[in-house]
Amino acid sequence: MKNTIAKTIAKYHKDKTRLMDILIDTQEEFGYIPKQAISQIAEDLQMSEVDVEQTISFYHFFTFQATGKYNIYLNNSVVANMMGRKEVAVTFEQELGIKFGEVTADGLAGLFETSCIGMNDQEPAAVINNLIFTRLTPFRVKEIVRDIKEGKALEEMYHASYGDGENASELIRSVVSNNIRKIGPILDPDYKPGEAIKKIIKMKPEEVIEEVKKSNIRGRGGAGFPTGLKWEFCRTIEAEKKYIFCNADEGEPGTFKDRVILTELPGLLIEGMVVAGYAVGAKEGILYIRFEYKYLGQYLENILQKVRENNFLGKDIGGKKGFDFDIRIQFGAGAYVCGEESALIESAEGKRGEPRDRPPFPVRRGYFNLPTVVNNVETLCSTVKVILNGGEWYKSFGTTESTGTKLLSISGDCRFPGVYEVDWGFSINSILEMVGAVKSEVQAVQVGGPSGTLIGPNEFNRILGYEDLATGGSLIIFDRHRDILYDVVLNFTEFFIEESCGSCSTCRIVPTILMNKLKKILNARGVEGDLENLIEWGKILRASRCGLGQTAANPILSSVKNFRYLYEEKIQQKKVFDSGFDLNAAVKESCEATGRIPNI
Amino acid sequence: MANRDQYIVEAAKENGIYIPTLCNYTGVAPKGGCRICTVRVNGKLSTACTTPVSEGMKIENNTSDLNQLRKSIIELLLVEGNHFCPSCEKSGNCELQALAYRFKIMAPRFPFMFPVRKVDASHPKIIKDQNRCILCKRCIRAIKDEKGRSVFAYRRRSSRVEVVVDSKLGKQLTDELAQKAMDVCPVGSILVKEKGFLSPIGERKYDLFPIGSDIENVTTSK
Repeated sequence: MKNTIAKTIAKYHKDKTRLMDILIDTQEEFGYIPKQAISQIAEDLQMSEVDVEQTISFYHFFTFQATGKYNIYLNNSVVANMMGRKEVAVTFEQELGIKFGEVTADGLAGLFETSCIGMNDQEPAAVINNLIFTRLTPFRVKEIVRDIKEGKALEEMYHASYGDGENASELIRSVVSNNIRKIGPILDPDYKPGEAIKKIIKMKPEEVIEEVKKSNIRGRGGAGFPTGLKWEFCRTIEAEKKYIFCNADEGEPGTFKDRVILTELPGLLIEGMVVAGYAVGAKEGILYIRFEYKYLGQYLENILQKVRENNFLGKDIGGKKGFDFDIRIQFGAGAYVCGEESALIESAEGKRGEPRDRPPFPVRRGYFNLPTVVNNVETLCSTVKVILNGGEWYKSFGTTESTGTKLLSISGDCRFPGVYEVDWGFSINSILEMVGAVKSEVQAVQVGGPSGTLIGPNEFNRILGYEDLATGGSLIIFDRHRDILYDVVLNFTEFFIEESCGSCSTCRIVPTILMNKLKKILNARGVEGDLENLIEWGKILRASRCGLGQTAANPILSSVKNFRYLYEEKIQQKKVFDSGFDLNAAVKESCEATGRIPNI
Repeated sequence: MANRDQYIVEAAKENGIYIPTLCNYTGVAPKGGCRICTVRVNGKLSTACTTPVSEGMKIENNTSDLNQLRKSIIELLLVEGNHFCPSCEKSGNCELQALAYRFKIMAPRFPFMFPVRKVDASHPKIIKDQNRCILCKRCIRAIKDEKGRSVFAYRRRSSRVEVVVDSKLGKQLTDELAQKAMDVCPVGSILVKEKGFLSPIGERKYDLFPIGSDIENVTTSK
């Protein structure tokens, strides 16, 4: 074991900022991170053991204990639940004879919960030893467990045909489908790699930035910061080194459009990073990808290599002397908060994904405190098209305030979940028609994932855009038989609690308090004052350090605002106060132990 | 009057204005963890300990809504752990307690969470009482061994986060570093073993003056 670990540490040059990779490789080798490995890593990287464990214990997929030979992570997103996760979960437990969070006694299989894995268009879905299993049913679960007991190789456990497009290619071979339902200028498969690079090397970097600024394009990850401005800020700062980071963490539940870009148009993304590097003066790029997309790892490394061979990446790109830029892939290890740009940088530096205080922003002090541009996958792809066709061309799509097109990942109660590229300015009504949702049956739409807003039919005439309903792409449709409070609001609130980094007081504490209040109301013990508390206490979160904390109360606040009647019908109208305390439940265990009957 | 590159908290202090802080510690880079020093900078909420002053900045500090926010955060910290003052060694020297007094907190508006937390007495020189830890990271940031390694660290994330002590480095702690750890901790979570109540209740730091009043009562000399 000692030699294997030493080899891993040496592979990353004993660089403590590469701790994430050291841990990923170590876990890949041993199935977990052994105590011995932790000691050795701490020794060689000159850190204390608790410091190494600080990083390990932050990420969902790292584990201190030996797990199974097969590890099943079944995602518990809202849409997975809507599509029959419950029966699938129960079947896994029955077939394996264990509960979630446990490993079988013979060490064969482990069964775990996990947050949304970016597969909402083909739920219920699970990650098993880095491979994705989609469209699970109790029948499929029995097949999988049978295959596990027979010791089959993961690849042999797929009984369906591979997915469409590149999903079937040799280096992916996945059953994941793209479900591309509507293409536009970005998803246009007629893309010739390198054309944008050939163009920019004849331009000055400042001219490249001008064209991007002219397009008025804003960040496609959800925050919507003007991309041209971001590049310009970075360019103007004097520094020995600068970096381009691509944010492919795609953790917002209901978002899976970047997964499709990574699969079908990775060359476009790479070209976007190169263009960005040229514009700001960066020589290194990091493509930070969520761990759940590891099944694309080999394929992407292969694409990078091909692009290098075509001289569109690496040294003297496109023949221009001195124009060097290369990219390395950095995987996360299971943390939604790492989608926040400063947390992403912290993770890439080998640490916990705890967001930084801003100012200073990453463009000024980012990776290793050097100027860093962090852009979403779709943003970078879009800039390539801006360079090819011009900023004016880009403005012909969308609205004045929100130029261009947006890739939407739509799921939930609709006939055709999947990825749709539409102009900004589309109304929710049009979207419902487009995806085959029965409008009269739609109760609510979640725009922008849990950190966004929940709207009802009276607002379906609103449009998608930064001026109205902004979104990073996630759109989830709920029809009238869904229990919004229980299935949606509670699930989303639990998601934020699970994913909070825990390093700022408001976000660490308030969501749990709000969840307990919500449960009190759902258990018919709520009073009007509880509803008022939810609204008042939710406001405290505005003081949180990052977007996760600041929006953690959105599921509750936006449902109280737009669906107040759902709460009112559960509230005890005649009572002013209810402690919510259940004395019977509290003394149940001790009474059983002592053989007493509660005197209540 | 302030220096460039000074954080708002320090610039305010030099001018006799107290902005309450808890996770901030002189000489250690700020972390904006407790959020108590939240002020409004040009209309936007920011932590005063991490935001550098700049020319023409408009800062709101002593407004009723900001004070309400700070009061609620202190209450959040009080319900998150098990803060039983009457038997605590730190009482009177405790910054959390002192802030609660300053903000006249009688009872928190939030329900107590009564978490089940451990007392770690496994290290030779210190006790780590998790009931009282407010996860401010002062110990993590300030206490390093002679090789610069962290003696304290976070473990897990979300509401399950806790601060743990490295057992190897815990064994090697000098008396000096152990005492420093106890002094750095704003509450009674890190205590040096075999020392207790050397100064009596009633004669401790915040028995003598309310927290922050030392900054407010100094007339500015600039």
